[in-house]
Amino acid sequence: MSESSSFYSSSVGKKILMAVTGMILFFFVLFHMAGNLQIFIGQVELDRYSRFLHSVPEILWLVRIAVIFSFLVHIIAAVQVWLQSRRARPIKYKVRANLATDVAARTMVWTGPIILLFVIYHLLHLTYGAIYPSLFEEGQVYHNLIASFQLWPIAIVYIIANLGLGFHLYHGLWSLTQTLGWTHPRFDSFRRVAAAVIGIGIAAANIAIPVSVLAGWVS
Amino acid sequence: MKLTLHIWRQNGPNAKGRFVTYTHDKVNEHMSFLEMLDVLNQELIERGEEPVAFEHDCREGVCGMCGFVINGLPHGGRKGTTTCQLHMRHFSDGDELTLEPWRSAAFPVLRDLVVDRSSFDRIIQAGGFISVHTGAPPDASTLLVPKDDAELAMDYAECIGCGACVAACPNGAAMLFMSAKIAHLGMLPQGKIEADRRVRAMAEAMEKEAFGSCTNYTSCEAACPKEISISAIARMNADYRRAFLPGKPVGGGKLEKVKLLPAT
Ligand code: FES
Repeated sequence: MSESSSFYSSSVGKKILMAVTGMILFFFVLFHMAGNLQIFIGQVELDRYSRFLHSVPEILWLVRIAVIFSFLVHIIAAVQVWLQSRRARPIKYKVRANLATDVAARTMVWTGPIILLFVIYHLLHLTYGAIYPSLFEEGQVYHNLIASFQLWPIAIVYIIANLGLGFHLYHGLWSLTQTLGWTHPRFDSFRRVAAAVIGIGIAAANIAIPVSVLAGWVS
Repeated sequence: MKLTLHIWRQNGPNAKGRFVTYTHDKVNEHMSFLEMLDVLNQELIERGEEPVAFEHDCREGVCGMCGFVINGLPHGGRKGTTTCQLHMRHFSDGDELTLEPWRSAAFPVLRDLVVDRSSFDRIIQAGGFISVHTGAPPDASTLLVPKDDAELAMDYAECIGCGACVAACPNGAAMLFMSAKIAHLGMLPQGKIEADRRVRAMAEAMEKEAFGSCTNYTSCEAACPKEISISAIARMNADYRRAFLPGKPVGGGKLEKVKLLPAT
């Protein structure tokens, strides 16, 4: 067995890959959020930012490929370890008690697929303009956002998906410190707080966009 | 005090199990949980029935033999307590308790509440040891261990291998058990030497058993009667990652030379 396949053959290795790819995806989400928040600065700024991102297609595609690759590895490893764990307890307990785990941890298996579906929707909606073609104008990011978030069904999809993202990030970020072995008695308790703050922060900032449009604060 | 017990009865590894309900009215609050079952078993024997099989040895919380799930909680769920150390005063008259064996594909039920935990033994056999020359004990000052490391290593060494971590884990993962040994040995100079080889060998052995994969639910830590911290899992993860770094010998490598501090 080669070194890399023997690394991956253990669930310990799969989880480490999930942590690393999860971290890449987290940074992507973070920059994505930061860029989008320019909607609160104004139309000119947001559209200029969008043109800037597209200015060097090679770099854009390099980033995209890295993100897509991370996304795939993350999902494949997740499905594999999930299946492995399902096989580990063929007879369930008659009386079940949830010991110490929280909602975010137990719903990873749901928030994950929710995010996947949302990403597909989101790409169709704002990258390819396939959801509401009549409202979509290539390159007019500000206009596209405002026009579609004024429709509450679209806004709701984004709000729900970002709630899922918040939960997923909270458990994921805390989890990755554990999986990458970043432990120290002095900051062990702080890891959860930091993960919660970042998870809630990103979800709240993202949700602020459709909410503000829906409420008419940004138009 | 009187209890209603729903106990998993299974005649053998391949037999079909079922819950049988017993009313037990000879429960004394000073009894341990196992003593309570002893009294029930005495009655069953007198009635000509098969006693409930459960494992036990030391009955003082150090051997790790005892353990089953009480109302969904391994060892009954009291902090830092094994089933043998669990006392009936924590229950009240009229309580209804469901007793189940550890549920894990890697721990097949042998009989009633007894499971086969030899999958743990196989993980330990793969690397949960240190290779040393036996003989007279070395002078304590030849190998200096920082106090904090020694303390932490001993915290991890507390694992009694009872299996509560696997039983509690919604994924049925054995990470806390495995990592406790890896963290314990890896913190000490005697164990560091083989750290790369150990983590790889043990992870490989674990993968061959029917355990699940860790998703950091932290249930294991909460269920552990020895309160072993999940920081052990974090350490094991880091060790595993490091064991594959370029420059490390392929396959985890062999023994390196022990570096001894000069005796003072
Ligand atoms: S019987 Fe030894 S730990 Fe309970």
